[in-house]
Amino acid sequence: MAKLPISEDKIFEQFGPHLKYEPPGGWEKSVEEPDSKVKTHCCFCGQQCGIILKVKDNQVIGFDPWEAFPFNKGKLCPKGVKRYLQGSHPDRLLYPLENRSGVGYERISWDAAYSRVVAEIQRIQNKYGKDHFAMLSGVSLSNEKSYLVGKFARVALQTANLDYNGRLCMVSAGAGNKKAFGIDRAANSWADLLETDLILCAGTNVSECAPITTDYIWKARDTRGAKLIVVDPRITPIARTADLILPVRPGTDSHLFNTILNLMIQAGDVDQQFINEHTVGFEDVKNAVAKYTLDECERITGVPVKSIKTAAEWWGKAKRSFLLHARGIEHHTKGVDNVLSCINLVLATGRIGKVGCGYATITGQGNGQGGREHGHKCDQLPGNRDITNPEHRKYISQVWGIDEKDLPGKGLSAQEIMNEIHDGKIKGLISICFNPLVSLPDSNFTREALEKLEFYAIIDFFMSETACHADIILPGSLHEEDEGTSTSAEGRVIRIQKAVNPPGEAKADGEILLEIARRLGKGKYFDHFKKAEDIFNELRVASKGGTADYFGITYEKIDKNMGVFWPCPDLDHPGTPRLFEGGKFYHSDRKAHFNVVEFKPSADEINSDYPIYLTTGRVIYHYLSGTQTRRIGFLSDQCPDPYMEIHPRLAEKYAIQEGDGVKIISRRGSIELKAKIVKTIRPDTIFVPYHWAGKQSINRVTQRALDPISKIPEFKMSAVRIEKV
Amino acid sequence: MTPVDQEENDLFVDPQRCIGCRACEAACSECSTHRGVPMIHLEPLDPFESVKTGPTLCMHCDDPACAAVCPADAIKRTEDGIVQSSQKSRCIGCSNCQIACPFGVPKIYKARAQMNKCDMCYDRTSTGLKPMCATVCPSEAIFFGPKSQIESMRKNKANNQFQFGGQKITTKVYVMMDTSEETIDMDVMDFMSSSGLEEKEPWA
Repeated sequence: MAKLPISEDKIFEQFGPHLKYEPPGGWEKSVEEPDSKVKTHCCFCGQQCGIILKVKDNQVIGFDPWEAFPFNKGKLCPKGVKRYLQGSHPDRLLYPLENRSGVGYERISWDAAYSRVVAEIQRIQNKYGKDHFAMLSGVSLSNEKSYLVGKFARVALQTANLDYNGRLCMVSAGAGNKKAFGIDRAANSWADLLETDLILCAGTNVSECAPITTDYIWKARDTRGAKLIVVDPRITPIARTADLILPVRPGTDSHLFNTILNLMIQAGDVDQQFINEHTVGFEDVKNAVAKYTLDECERITGVPVKSIKTAAEWWGKAKRSFLLHARGIEHHTKGVDNVLSCINLVLATGRIGKVGCGYATITGQGNGQGGREHGHKCDQLPGNRDITNPEHRKYISQVWGIDEKDLPGKGLSAQEIMNEIHDGKIKGLISICFNPLVSLPDSNFTREALEKLEFYAIIDFFMSETACHADIILPGSLHEEDEGTSTSAEGRVIRIQKAVNPPGEAKADGEILLEIARRLGKGKYFDHFKKAEDIFNELRVASKGGTADYFGITYEKIDKNMGVFWPCPDLDHPGTPRLFEGGKFYHSDRKAHFNVVEFKPSADEINSDYPIYLTTGRVIYHYLSGTQTRRIGFLSDQCPDPYMEIHPRLAEKYAIQEGDGVKIISRRGSIELKAKIVKTIRPDTIFVPYHWAGKQSINRVTQRALDPISKIPEFKMSAVRIEKV
Repeated sequence: MTPVDQEENDLFVDPQRCIGCRACEAACSECSTHRGVPMIHLEPLDPFESVKTGPTLCMHCDDPACAAVCPADAIKRTEDGIVQSSQKSRCIGCSNCQIACPFGVPKIYKARAQMNKCDMCYDRTSTGLKPMCATVCPSEAIFFGPKSQIESMRKNKANNQFQFGGQKITTKVYVMMDTSEETIDMDVMDFMSSSGLEEKEPWA
């Protein structure tokens, strides 16, 4: 089934996105004294800013800055300010719905919805096998929900095929961090940014994707005279005042970093003592980078020799430094390699695990950090354990009270699940907190795949473009409608407070999963979860002894300390804001590992038919697939439609003027957009933001090629041609 | 009254830090007095050339032109230097203030037939809170605090004197600027070569 019951237009007419501008009850009501003010966190990006929600009559009517929360001290981006408009939004899904062909979505009872979902899970699994029913999840979910999803899929559904939307986000960084450090977390809290002398931002549009981080960078620049280097094909807002801009050609990052390392080695700007005492593998890397020459680097990356030399000199000679990277270098078929080539630069200088010396990947999603540690990653068990490791399997089986042989093995990653759905191998799907039709690459393929499913159930709070394909839609909860914890980009575990109940008949996500588990006959593994804290307490035990050890973290401790940094192995432990102090890493040999990275071309080939690089990303007004932000009037008004950024030199070649319609064509599909002519992008590259659906989705054009290790798709480099329309 | 030993808080705008996110507009628009309408405005300075942006808010002039030209005497300046929004009972929506303001701040809101502008969150500052824009600004491009504090924290210098042709305007709000500049020149003549210019006006 899993087809649209009626036309897309009719669905959108009923379910939106509609724009909401005013608080519930209008501005008049918003001035009334709230019933309560709830200190919680923003539901959007990985910074997880503290915010106070004003509540009246079980609705969030506005916000107040939470100036006492130490990370953001009241600062917010516009998404945080306006997020409160979601709860009372007219598009909210209020009842379970069933997809009836030719009719639309009809309201059904919860009992009928659960019965159909459970019957279809059992029918498909009995007919084809357990793994032929898959689950997709997401990391806007709290740690408790992430843990619950992981246990639900393995214990109740008994499928190996559970994966999550962090597969489109943090997996290259996570894999690189594990290879190099033996642990997957930002090496420092952001406090070390304030104490540093040189900041290198590689492929991270800090100002739009992690806005509060901008202030940390500025403070280091102003108070310590820190220098800023930005590596990006675009002059993003943080780049415009940078001390050094390296406008790298998309897909050539590791060539640049290898060359910089080679120059540093030649100049003697490495910390040989640190390398000898605390790392392995340097000689192999040294030999490998010896062939990366300046002239070749300029030819490949498009960055002038002089700038590459300056970067090598600054990075080589700095006393303190902090390297930040994000999806710009990670969304590649060599995403893990790119990450490792950055880490090699950090390790070679020994500037890690000390005051003002740091390294971090900037988590994109709200709980991108905690979510990937505890639950729904196809190869991982709680505590960042490995699902293929017999000891790890044994421990988690014991915590869950199941026989280890009943614990499924490693499953497929998100894109691979979609590929198998398209191949007709996976027949059923349940998803929560994931809008793959917008966020996966090659969306024409994704649409075809969804239409092949025999049964699809979705838990969501709005009718996302993917939800339109579901047979059963179970109305779930927003961030502010459930208790829990989340782990920020810094590795700080924080508390999400419930402000209101879900509206209408909508239920907390956890409640829905628990009822399905019960109806699948697995209640005894879940019935002790009476509240979110019960789940967290089991998570603490499940994570104990793992690298992501939360055992010493309690709700009370988080509240008292405004967050606790993991690892925190026992109740007396204060938490660990800075990792790797004293040069101690998390591999069994306690050393950091250098990894040889050889530059490889991208999967999509640039040629005379497809001569232009396409790269995609975010704008500040929207979040991920836009399911939430495209419904908030203020945010949508600032950026209502996607557009194509193009340099005037390239635009002139095609006689394209500002606002002209253009068609972008790749080997997968095409899209029509308006041109925005800017001098801030390389003239061989175009940029399109990715937050929109259907005909406005740039993911009709992007490709499904994956990094062989992280399985992240190559969103940041597609070969395209453009035509004026 | 501010105690003598306690330095007054002021508002500072540091355009180089602005990332163009409009958090200031979003947060300002939530105010219970102007409900959904921001009193601060963010302008993309040159959208086709660069990513530069800058917030525009009321500069709270010592001798406000908006108040001077108001035929209805609707714009008042408080003792502590805040130039207030127009008084609803007096404002006739004539636009004089909009035309006179050298910074382009006042706007006439047709639905209310009234000029509204930033009053530096009088409701918040009077209770010890920072103005909303300065509270939420992610990059501290808008900062509220003592002048000595910001000058010790930043390399650039706080300036509140602006030269418009022959007229110098002093404001309560400061703009952070390069230490080499004393005032911000906004007259094109200051940047032009004097050679070639006619002594007499061509029409004379």
